Amino acid sequence: MLNSLQDLYHIIPLLIVSGGILVSIIVEMYSKDSEKILFALSILVFGAAGLFSLYSVNNVSILFNGMLATGGNVNVFSFIFNIGAFIVTLLSADYIRKYGTYYGEYYIILQSSVLGMMLMAGAKDLFIIFIGLELMSISFYVLAGLNRKRYNANEASLKYFLLGAFATGFIVYGIGLIYGTAQTTSIDILTVRFPQLTGNLLFLAGVLLFLVGFTFKIAAFPFHMWVPDVYQGSPTVVAGLFSTGGKAAAFSAILVTLAALFNGNVGSLFTPYLIFVSALSMIYGSIVAISQDDIKRMLAYSSISHAGYLAIGLAAGNSEGTAGIIFYLAAYSFMNLGAFGIVALIEGENETNLSIASYAGLAKRNPALAALLSIFMFSLSGIPPFAGFFGKYYVFFAAIKSGLTWLALIGILSSVISVYFYLRIVVLMYFKDQGEEVIPSKSAMGMVGVVLSAILVVLLGVFPGSIINLISSFL
Amino acid sequence: MIIEYIPIFVVLIVAIGFAVATVLSSGIFGPQRPNSEKLSTYESGMTPVGSTNERVSVKYYLVAMLFIIFDIEVIFVYPWAVQFQNLFGEIGISAFISMFIFLVVLELGYLYVYKKGGFKWD
Amino acid sequence: MTQHIYLTILLPLLGFLVNGIFGPKIKNEKLIGIIGSGSIGLSFIISVISFFETLNLPVDKRQTIVTLFPWINVGNLNINFSYQVDQLSLVMALLVTGVGFIIHVYSIGYMHGDKAFWRFFSYLNLFIFAMMNLILADNFVLLFLGWEGVGLCSYLLIGFWYDRKFEKSTTADAGKKAFIVNRIGDFGFLVGMFLIFMTFGSLNFNDVFNRASIFNVSEGVFSLIAISLFIGATGKSAQIPLFVWLPDAMAGPTPVSALIHAATMVTAGVYMVARCSVLFASAPAVLIVVAVIGILTAIVAASIGLVQNDIKKVLAYSTISQLGYMFLGLGAGAFGAGIFHVMTHAFFKALLFLGAGSVIHAMHEEQDIQRYGGLKKFMPVTSKTFIIAALAISGIPPLSGFFSKDEILWYTYANGLWFLWVIGVITAMLTAFYMFRLYTLTFEGKSRFGSDKHPHESPKVMTIPLIILAVLSVIGGLIGIPEIFSGEHGNRFHNWLSPIFKQAERKMIIFGTHSHFEEIALMTISVVGAAAAIWFARHIYLNRPSIAENLSRKFRLTYNLLLNKYFVDEAYDYTIVNPIVKGSTSFLWKIADNKIIDGTVNGLAKVVAIISVYSRKLQTGLAQFYAIIMVLGITLALFWIILSR
Repeated sequence: MLNSLQDLYHIIPLLIVSGGILVSIIVEMYSKDSEKILFALSILVFGAAGLFSLYSVNNVSILFNGMLATGGNVNVFSFIFNIGAFIVTLLSADYIRKYGTYYGEYYIILQSSVLGMMLMAGAKDLFIIFIGLELMSISFYVLAGLNRKRYNANEASLKYFLLGAFATGFIVYGIGLIYGTAQTTSIDILTVRFPQLTGNLLFLAGVLLFLVGFTFKIAAFPFHMWVPDVYQGSPTVVAGLFSTGGKAAAFSAILVTLAALFNGNVGSLFTPYLIFVSALSMIYGSIVAISQDDIKRMLAYSSISHAGYLAIGLAAGNSEGTAGIIFYLAAYSFMNLGAFGIVALIEGENETNLSIASYAGLAKRNPALAALLSIFMFSLSGIPPFAGFFGKYYVFFAAIKSGLTWLALIGILSSVISVYFYLRIVVLMYFKDQGEEVIPSKSAMGMVGVVLSAILVVLLGVFPGSIINLISSFL
Repeated sequence: MIIEYIPIFVVLIVAIGFAVATVLSSGIFGPQRPNSEKLSTYESGMTPVGSTNERVSVKYYLVAMLFIIFDIEVIFVYPWAVQFQNLFGEIGISAFISMFIFLVVLELGYLYVYKKGGFKWD
Repeated sequence: MTQHIYLTILLPLLGFLVNGIFGPKIKNEKLIGIIGSGSIGLSFIISVISFFETLNLPVDKRQTIVTLFPWINVGNLNINFSYQVDQLSLVMALLVTGVGFIIHVYSIGYMHGDKAFWRFFSYLNLFIFAMMNLILADNFVLLFLGWEGVGLCSYLLIGFWYDRKFEKSTTADAGKKAFIVNRIGDFGFLVGMFLIFMTFGSLNFNDVFNRASIFNVSEGVFSLIAISLFIGATGKSAQIPLFVWLPDAMAGPTPVSALIHAATMVTAGVYMVARCSVLFASAPAVLIVVAVIGILTAIVAASIGLVQNDIKKVLAYSTISQLGYMFLGLGAGAFGAGIFHVMTHAFFKALLFLGAGSVIHAMHEEQDIQRYGGLKKFMPVTSKTFIIAALAISGIPPLSGFFSKDEILWYTYANGLWFLWVIGVITAMLTAFYMFRLYTLTFEGKSRFGSDKHPHESPKVMTIPLIILAVLSVIGGLIGIPEIFSGEHGNRFHNWLSPIFKQAERKMIIFGTHSHFEEIALMTISVVGAAAAIWFARHIYLNRPSIAENLSRKFRLTYNLLLNKYFVDEAYDYTIVNPIVKGSTSFLWKIADNKIIDGTVNGLAKVVAIISVYSRKLQTGLAQFYAIIMVLGITLALFWIILSR
């Protein structure tokens, strides 16, 4: 229960987003022209919540009888989610108009999903994680099928729903086993009792199922099968949100549950599993991405391999790894959103230009878009001085520090492979003549979103030290 | 241990006994004049015979889902109402406010469904 | 204000962003010019305030480090975005922002009417931003960032008029040449940086230089580090063997030549060597190399300058030659004198270039001095300021060039390198000769241009910068009057800088003692030599042009050799460029690339294709199948946890 107004102050970002949802519902009920109002409202809500999270990053506290944490890295995550959603909103304004698929619920559900993500990052109890996860996932299922007149979108939505629900089932099963053996769902108490419970096979199975469920949510091997189909079928901007906000939220949940464990020695129990997941995701994602002709599928496989790089930080199991993951997630979110944003602009009417060949000669027709996409591709492939390089650098460094040099080597190898398919786009844009005429859709808002992502990617590449110091100070 | 559950068993027995007694009593005391309508299977007013793949209006599911959501609300509110005196003594007015906020959010959803025509059959 | 020294870096960046982003929208040239030069002017004011603040501090507290934010902090590699304000960096900062500001103002007039006015100013501001990073950095990585940044700006500005012809090719090719030659130097610098990190475990100036005194490092390692860094310096500062790019860099607009290729960027190598004076002082053999390369560059470039007919080419070779002097000073262990010459040279060489720009402007882009003549009466301000600069560079007392050049020569002699001193004096005479050849042919005598040219004095916005620079060229040397004239500790510039080089001087051989008579005698020799050369040049080109023709006919071979710049470009083409081009087409492209690399890549692609076929089979699109894979994964994971117990 709320003890004082001070508590309310700590959860202002959460209140802003939940208030935004309620107001949006009312607006949608009574306004004929809700599209513009809700767009502005979402921009306002995400911007305010994101900036306030950053502003109040030092107000670390635990609220509601130890159910919810605020401040510190929770707010860093909150910033990533909100600013990510801010960019998605900017990108979607003209995108959904282009397809004539505006439904009032779009922005409401977008905000709900962000609320779910924020709950996951701030959770101190397995139930809160679960509520947040469901809020996010169910919103995602709906968003995936937004373009409901398209066959692909229906397929994506249904597949995502079926498999996602399946994975959530395992998470609940895991939580059930954990509760059954530990008689608590509080993460802090679990952390304390963990050493005694390691002898209990049922407990370990519970934690493992929990992890497996989230391995699905972060889109890592071998639970990645849904990713290409869902990204391809969903609206491009929404796929951008799945691959960034969704992944970041799932990682935040793993971190809040297990980071405390990993800092002790007991966490190493699950290291083999994480190494397995991480190594195979990186290699599989990078290799299969090479042979993709559809840029959304390529980005989907790239998303799988990035889940692998991120999991290196989990496997490293030290505070450097945790800090590295958070930094990497910030970097990855913005560069990937930027890339998806440009894909959304290029794809034109009716998703005609989704093949990689559509990017040939882009630099001549639209130098600004080509330059921006090059920034994102360089950053995704981990070339300095962009944000992606430092993300990988910190994660690999954490792995080497905890003796997993060979895993870092696999990571580097996979990065080298990935350079091929990222830079292929750049080469196409700059050194090939265009085949057929490709006209990017005009969208001032979309450009603002893409440029904002680019600025953030460059800023993260210029100021990595300050950010990593900020993150580390909360660990 | 077991003794605590005896009331539940009592309720269970009474419930089963009541159901069995009503069915049996209507069979024993009621007049028996069967016709073809009466003998056909009862399925909530729908035609029981026909293709099993028949498509059902999506509205049917919509209403059913809405029913479930607001049904669960009752389950949530009921224990709160029973314990309200104690809660009020413990944490004061915020016991009321919390539930009030919950209900406002829920009713907003209800209003939304109504406005959007979720309850209109066609 | 010293604590806010980063503003001197941020303001030019801001100017770059504003002009770069909104430039095409701002149609008003004045506004763009004010934004561009205003940002530099503010930086200059901040530098001046910081200078006086630092001046008021006690001598041992004159180093301030301003840390903005950490950049890379992993393991023992700690690199911050932090700036070091001390005596050396302040001198350079004042120079760059001060001369930079004057040249920015001048450019408003010079670039008037250019279709890409905004682009020019945004590039110039970007250049100042990078240069200030280079100067104020407190570690090698940040310095390198600035180092690469100025190289990029130089490339962009050389090719600024990318649609114009330059000699046999285009300005873009000239830019490319500068960029590629600089890359060779940068490679050396990078190697030096890695060696420093390996040896001292840090890249911070203070750490490295302290450890250089403490750590037990062999002279061989020091030599390796110093020579690598020096290779970097030869690239940026156009020394033998990497000087070939600077004459071609004259393809850029003249203010660019003045700012980047005369006053500031090319002296970055000198600054870097002076900054690393401790490392160089620990490698005496390399110091000798530096001095020899410096003096060789000086005389070679000066001799080429004798016969060039393009006004900017003469000045370009003169710049190379003067840079050679600076390296001679550094090599002789007179780091302060080297920096002093950087400063005075910035004044008079910027003035010379701007004057040349004024002439080119008046003569409608004509650059051949054979087609000038008698411009004195048309352009009084330009000609007067030009002659001041020419006297200064020739080393005529009491103009600024005399003091700095003389200090370098004196240290060279005093340090036992008398042979280099002799070459130095000869170079000084050559310098005086070609400068007055240039002056006489341009401003005096009869007009040799057609009637279609109507020379006129440039507008005020261009002449006022000339006057300011002329004043600086006259009085700039007075802060560094040698001790024989000003008494013990009378050389203020030397006193100001000496704490920076204290560590280095401690490591070096102490200068031999020489009498005052010796110093004055040497000074007289060089001044008289220069004066004689001036008289000779005026005599030949004003009264007896036939002497020059006779000489060139008599020494046809030498003349051609000089005219063709010792055929260095051709030699590089034949020995390095062509073999590389040929090798890359016949071997690298046809065999290595087509066969080996493409073969490997294609082979890999085939492997990937095979994997893809399987992966496509996995990606059936059937949700049930995906679920089965998930169940398989979960089963395996559960088996693992059970069996591993």
